[in-house]
Amino acid sequence: MLPLNATILKIYEESPSIRTFFFDFQFETMNPGQFVMVWVRGVDEVPMGLSSKNSITVQKVGEATSKLFELKEGDSFGLRGPYGKGFSLPSEGEKTLVIAGGVGAAPLVPYAEAARSAGSEVHTALGARSAGDLLFEKRFAEAGEVYISTDDGSKGTKGFVTDVLNSLNLSVYDKIAVCGPEIMMASVFRLLEDREVLDKSEFSLHRYFKCGIGVCGACCIDKSGLRVCRDGPVFSGVQLMDSELGKYTRDASGRRVKI
Amino acid sequence: MYTLTGLKLKNPTILAAGILGTTGASLCRVAHEGGAGAVVTKSIGPMPKTGHSNPSMVKLDCGFLNAMGLPNPSYPSFIQELEIAKKDAGVPVIASIFGGNPAEFKEVAEGLLPAKPDAFELNVSCPHAEGYGAAVGSNPCLVEAITAAVKDIVNVPVWVKLTPNVSDITCIGNAAEAGGADAVVAINTLKGMAIDIESGYPVLGNRSGGLSGKAVKPVAIKCVYDLYTALEIPVIGVGGVSSWQDAVEMMMAGAAAVQVGSAVYDRLDIFSEISTGIEAFLQRKGYSDVKKLIGLAHEMV
Ligand SMILES: Cc1cc2nc3c(=O)[nH]c(=O)nc-3n(C[C@H](O)[C@H](O)[C@H](O)COP(=O)(O)OP(=O)(O)OC[C@H]3O[C@@H](n4cnc5c(N)ncnc54)[C@H](O)[C@@H]3O)c2cc1C
Ligand SMILES: Cc1cc2nc3c(=O)[nH]c(=O)nc-3n(C[C@H](O)[C@H](O)[C@H](O)COP(=O)(O)O)c2cc1C
Ligand code: FES
Repeated sequence: MLPLNATILKIYEESPSIRTFFFDFQFETMNPGQFVMVWVRGVDEVPMGLSSKNSITVQKVGEATSKLFELKEGDSFGLRGPYGKGFSLPSEGEKTLVIAGGVGAAPLVPYAEAARSAGSEVHTALGARSAGDLLFEKRFAEAGEVYISTDDGSKGTKGFVTDVLNSLNLSVYDKIAVCGPEIMMASVFRLLEDREVLDKSEFSLHRYFKCGIGVCGACCIDKSGLRVCRDGPVFSGVQLMDSELGKYTRDASGRRVKI
Repeated sequence: MYTLTGLKLKNPTILAAGILGTTGASLCRVAHEGGAGAVVTKSIGPMPKTGHSNPSMVKLDCGFLNAMGLPNPSYPSFIQELEIAKKDAGVPVIASIFGGNPAEFKEVAEGLLPAKPDAFELNVSCPHAEGYGAAVGSNPCLVEAITAAVKDIVNVPVWVKLTPNVSDITCIGNAAEAGGADAVVAINTLKGMAIDIESGYPVLGNRSGGLSGKAVKPVAIKCVYDLYTALEIPVIGVGGVSSWQDAVEMMMAGAAAVQVGSAVYDRLDIFSEISTGIEAFLQRKGYSDVKKLIGLAHEMV
């Protein structure tokens, strides 16, 4: 598909460096965890998880996201998607644990809501650098119980989400969904492995995307050769055993870069 | 088993350059899960390149447009990927390489030799990388010199991949043959462009790029047909093949084997599907061997 034209209806400032952009198009068929390619015309096109049927939540990190932050309500950008494979939904009565770090909360908040609607009891471990950086606290709380942690202790447990997980009985959960910085996901992965619940888990990965549709091979991970843009971005913990997760990623040229 | 320029292919379908070929693991996956008879790597050059900015590929109703801009980690970094592919793919691994002149091609080929690729494919045909690809591949003298330079230092087959963006592709094919090529590969993408009418912006980050997929098949068939007549060496057909029927058509035009690129979008195991489709077709038609198909259309009129 060619990018469709999305007009910005509303911009919501989640934190000094994170904004949610609501647009005039609804991705009715999207599964939480799927992403869109956001075309900031004349600059770049970058992948973003859908934080709802008609929004993306963006952290300002570089050229394209900075340009996006200059846009105002009424301005527009291009959108292609929804692409990729999302998180699998729990069945009624199953317990769900959502583990979100930083802007990783963006694709997880519609997941927590969908899990709740499916009749699952949802718990969320939500982590951020400090209180002001916590994302979607209210939406997660409406979906179920929330355990908060901040690196600086300004709210909730002082420390990382893994510190919260240490105090939880993970064996009660039927589905565990994870998204956040790769270092965090790698330590969550090890923890879930130790507690023998990896088979219930799913992780949303971040790799450099070029085509975004599964043809070019820029986003393939080792050792499986799976494409993050098409076979993922959500993978089961089992699929990621013996993978590059937490070890290295690749830059736009395909060179390995240590994490 | 199927022999092509001395290489033993599992079947006559080959993964095209630049498709799922950035990592060794991904090449192995296309061979195992996809069923490709051989695989070609992403084109590798002398220096790391990040490629053009995105969007670098879009799907159109009739095919695909891309302007990746030859992103690649350069040969020193790619060696480890080639080694992985060679170790585990279980089928021939062909290294696609590019450069701006004969010396650069030589440098890259020499640099990759320690990983023992089964053949080299020279990319003198990418339509959207300044100073590379079609920029050198439209000039018969340069194509001959580049082919000869690489032939000079390697003792594996050398294939030369041609651009259709010239007035006479057989002239470039002849140059490759004169330079000592073991086969030519036709075609790379056709120059193309798309514009977003809401904003007026060209869609691709590089503004224009190359058209592939279904839309280019008739062009590829004609190029293969003409090259088959003009050359002694085998022609490998590529462009818009997405079914066994397409592959048979390409072979009847004169292709000794077919490469498949964009169609991996539909499904990864397209290679198995095509090769079993060809087998069933041969049986139904009573052809003893797939070689009977090659150039069949030339005998009819
Ligand atoms: C499936 C997926 C979902 C994502 N969802 C979100 C989200 O909901 N919210 C959010 O803020 N961020 C998300 N990201 C990350 C986001 O795509 C990058 O932060 C963004 O591309 C940065 O672009 P930039 O030009 O501002 O930064 P740059 O200065 O270009 O780069 C900064 C870093 O961003 C990453 N990046 C840049 N371009 C790309 C690309 N084409 N593909 C992947 N990564 C890239 C690289 O890691 C790079 O090191 C997601 C990434 C993926 C792969
Ligand atoms: C995303 C993409 C990247 C490509 N990269 C290369 C490349 O690096 N080297 C090359 O020789 N051809 C490259 N090509 C061209 C293909 O190998 C092939 O010649 C062309 O796409 C036509 O075949 P198809 O219609 O089966 O895709 C690329 C094509 C696409 C779509
Ligand atoms: S970004 Fe091209 S295959 Fe994933």
